[in-house]
Amino acid sequence: MAQVVAVIASTHHPFYYRASTSTGADRPPFADEWVSKIETFRETLTRARPDVLVMVGSDHFHQLWLDNMPQFLVGKAPFYDANWYNEEREFGLPRMTLAGEEDLSQHILRNGLDAGFDLAFSNELRIDHSITCPIITLRPEHDLPIVPIYTNIFAPPLPQPKRFVELGRTIRQLVEAWPDDRRVAIIGTGHLSLELGGPRQFGPHGPDPDFDRKAVDWIARGDLEGCLAEVTLDSLHTPGNATHGFMDFMLMMGVAGDGVAADHVDSLDLFHTMEAYFTWYPEGAPA
Amino acid sequence: MSKYLLDKFLFTIDRDPALVERYRDDPAGTVAWWEAQEANRILNCTTDERSTWLAFTDEERDVLVRQDHVRLFEMGAHPFLTLTLFIAMFERDHGPLEYQIAYGKAMEHITLPYPDIAT
Repeated sequence: MAQVVAVIASTHHPFYYRASTSTGADRPPFADEWVSKIETFRETLTRARPDVLVMVGSDHFHQLWLDNMPQFLVGKAPFYDANWYNEEREFGLPRMTLAGEEDLSQHILRNGLDAGFDLAFSNELRIDHSITCPIITLRPEHDLPIVPIYTNIFAPPLPQPKRFVELGRTIRQLVEAWPDDRRVAIIGTGHLSLELGGPRQFGPHGPDPDFDRKAVDWIARGDLEGCLAEVTLDSLHTPGNATHGFMDFMLMMGVAGDGVAADHVDSLDLFHTMEAYFTWYPEGAPA
Repeated sequence: MSKYLLDKFLFTIDRDPALVERYRDDPAGTVAWWEAQEANRILNCTTDERSTWLAFTDEERDVLVRQDHVRLFEMGAHPFLTLTLFIAMFERDHGPLEYQIAYGKAMEHITLPYPDIAT
């Protein structure tokens, strides 16, 4: 059976690519610290020596639209083109093509359906920055095959937070039951407090630093009980109007396991939003 | 009122570079053309299949012609769509992050709970 060699959760900040590659007067003052934290974070994946990446993210109205909106979708394709015109335009993100691991996609779809998740699928999926940002930060060579999994944190009505957690637990079980001896890392990205297109956007910090501190603590300690006791679809409006992306962190807490503390925890307070990075090693930290 | 149709306008303009420029340069003409030609086009079809019932209210048409991002927010248009398109149209006229910060400041009178964006 496959081994889950790392579980990784992080924010996905589309400005990282430009900040980290800019030079001279264009390079923002926080870029060096940001790059240093990302390089440390990247090492946590490298050390786990993964063969396959399961990538959890959320389409931002690129391929998925309101005339046909799935709640949870698994890509099943031999390749995934990546990044879209408006991400190139606004963030300078590069186009890329990633290989797909179709057998694991098929395994997750078949057994996920049988486990009670009516998963949608796509045989031609162009992924966006929710998945390419962690590729850029964690595996910039983009040389490993992936299984993309999209969640709807964006277009209400949304699934309940506990459903994200349950899906995370199920993904972990499904990957561990994949009849293949490869090493799999499960990586998911979301947000802490975030406001987009509202009055609290682009402030000197994220819109709700208190929520961010609490959220980082929940994730770092794997405190699903405390998190689920406070977080509801309604409560997530308060820290910022795009904070429902936190439910992808909750999904990843479900992957990592109840009460399992992260082996690597880091954060970076930036304008507009706080960055946060977590790695768990289910089989113990690699040597 | 159709939040869906406001969102469909923002979505289809944003993803086409030529339409971004056309809407920036000629808001009234672009909105009129779009409502007549594009509002009912079903996006997920390979052939030109159309709905028969989608149209803006007078207020929706007016707010799009005036490019009023504050009113779009108050009407429940998806804020990510509005922000992304408006950055594409207007960030170029400002210094780094100036436009994004002014965009938020113009909305500072809006308090929680924000308008519902469900479609």
